[in-house]
Amino acid sequence: MAASETISATERERARERAAEYLLKRHRFRPAEALPWLVAIAVFFLFPERMTFGSQVLIMVMFALSLDLILGYAGIVTLGHAAFFGIGAYTVGLAAARLQWSEPISGLFAAAIAAGVVGFITGWFLLRYRGLTLLMLTLATAILLQETGNLRSDISGGYDGLPGLTFNPLFGVFDYDLYGHTYYLYVLVALAVVFYFVRRIVYSPFGQALTGIRENVRRMHAIGSPVHRRLVTVYTIAASIAGVAGALFTQTNAYVTLTVFDFDNSAKVMVMLILGGTGRLYGAFVGAAVYMVLEDYFSKLSPTFWQFGIGLMLVLAVLFARRGVLGLFESAGEYFAERKKS
Amino acid sequence: MPQFANIAVSILFDGLAYAMFLFITSVGLSVTMGLMGFVNLAHGAFAMAGGYVVVSLTRSYGVGFVPALIFASILVGVVSIPFERFLYRRLYRSTDLEQVLLTIGLAFMAIAAFTYFYGPIPKSVPLPGWLQGDVNLGFRAFPSYRAFLILLGAALIAVLWYAFERTNIGAKIRAAVDNRRMAESVGINVDRLFTLTFALGSGLAALGGGLAIQLFGLTPSFAVIYLVLFLIVVAVGGLGSLKGTLLAALVLGVFDTAGKYLLADAGGFFIYAVTVAVLLVKPAGFYGRE
Repeated sequence: MAASETISATERERARERAAEYLLKRHRFRPAEALPWLVAIAVFFLFPERMTFGSQVLIMVMFALSLDLILGYAGIVTLGHAAFFGIGAYTVGLAAARLQWSEPISGLFAAAIAAGVVGFITGWFLLRYRGLTLLMLTLATAILLQETGNLRSDISGGYDGLPGLTFNPLFGVFDYDLYGHTYYLYVLVALAVVFYFVRRIVYSPFGQALTGIRENVRRMHAIGSPVHRRLVTVYTIAASIAGVAGALFTQTNAYVTLTVFDFDNSAKVMVMLILGGTGRLYGAFVGAAVYMVLEDYFSKLSPTFWQFGIGLMLVLAVLFARRGVLGLFESAGEYFAERKKS
Repeated sequence: MPQFANIAVSILFDGLAYAMFLFITSVGLSVTMGLMGFVNLAHGAFAMAGGYVVVSLTRSYGVGFVPALIFASILVGVVSIPFERFLYRRLYRSTDLEQVLLTIGLAFMAIAAFTYFYGPIPKSVPLPGWLQGDVNLGFRAFPSYRAFLILLGAALIAVLWYAFERTNIGAKIRAAVDNRRMAESVGINVDRLFTLTFALGSGLAALGGGLAIQLFGLTPSFAVIYLVLFLIVVAVGGLGSLKGTLLAALVLGVFDTAGKYLLADAGGFFIYAVTVAVLLVKPAGFYGRE
């Protein structure tokens, strides 16, 4: 009896070490993780005339990444994520148009704070609910913000939006060229900073708690995890990031209209994330890039055909590839590894 | 009649007609969601399909408006059965997210397909003479079409109430909504029941879609734009509750109409504000189970 207890004590010690080792290893950067960034830099040199489109892709990557935090990691299903994108977009737009606050980088911080505040307040109320009720409440929040903007069209510009915004050069030095080279690098750096932050969150104990909530809320309640506080925290963070993406959207396009709050925008970012794969950080990169490139190509051919294509992709993804494009790659990798072994 | 009373009567009348449209289109969604907990975002697509069947029948084949409505409901109801059997059935035990994605994918495909065949321009429908113009009720005149909508809605409510509360099948549906496992263990075939209610709900949605053409015009994006309203009615009313769906349709229909009459600028603000207020206080809706 005593012997078995000592063995179990040392084994327990070893198991703990192994677990710590595993967590540390998981957190380290792997060589493959450099790939998307190398691609982004290669695109800068290979397609210098498509930089405006490139910036849009990077912005959607950031937007999808923010959704991944709440949908992929915390398991919050929302149909109104465009609300925060819109708040960020309008914070920068209104500041530039009405207050002559045209400094871009401080604009990003302002957008993050504004979207974060809205995310905190709405999240505090809404995250008590689940299922259809939560879907409807998030959807209604985005539409209410849009209608508020429409109601005060004297400030927001209504559905005509705020056209022809101008922003100061970056650091007062780098001005914006016609082909959007400066913007591309600016958005890329912003995305890298945001990504580093999101990666830290995901691999932190807080990120683990979120995964726990996604997998089994009741058990997390039972072990005493402050579920509601954690959900509101991550919702606020995701809202801030979506706000930054929205701010970058306004800055690179030099205009913003109330369509940023559209249900279409919420649905689009969700489709991107699902295509790439949820809860896996790089799903946002793959999904947004694949979606945007396909959209760019097919919607020129025929918008109707493209819409049918998105619908078909969604149906097929749900029926056959629930883990997205990255999940498909993983399954293929496992399959070939198995064959090699046998 | 004094001005304000006149406006109040108009709001009530139009609101009631709008509520009947909302009820007819949403009631099937409410029952199917209550039965299986399935989030069906393609419900609006069935309504839109019904609308286009009515347009085609009346415009190209010279069928009367009312026979076209009946035919469209039956056709869409029958066509919806294979969707339920082969696609929806696979996801009954899946998460909300997967159901949302599958059905919104179907809705997108439907919108694209109907845009391809009918084009994006709003369609209208030729009405028979007795549905045009006004009907005089003595103290004032009302548009005949809306009066027809209200009468039809009232008749459908009576029929549905009878079917739900007084027939064997209705009792089975109520039992399955209350406790699916228990209903199955006493020998009710819930799967078949569900296929039946799904077809019925899609048929009613098609009827609603046909009726909506005259009110809002019909474009393929009807499937998504009005879907939000149907979902709101269902969520506010409570899943699987006939009474709740009716109450929600009435409250939202009248509030929305009042908002548009009195504060045109605020537009759709009211319906969403009411929704948020109700759901914050009663998350499961008026008659939903907590």
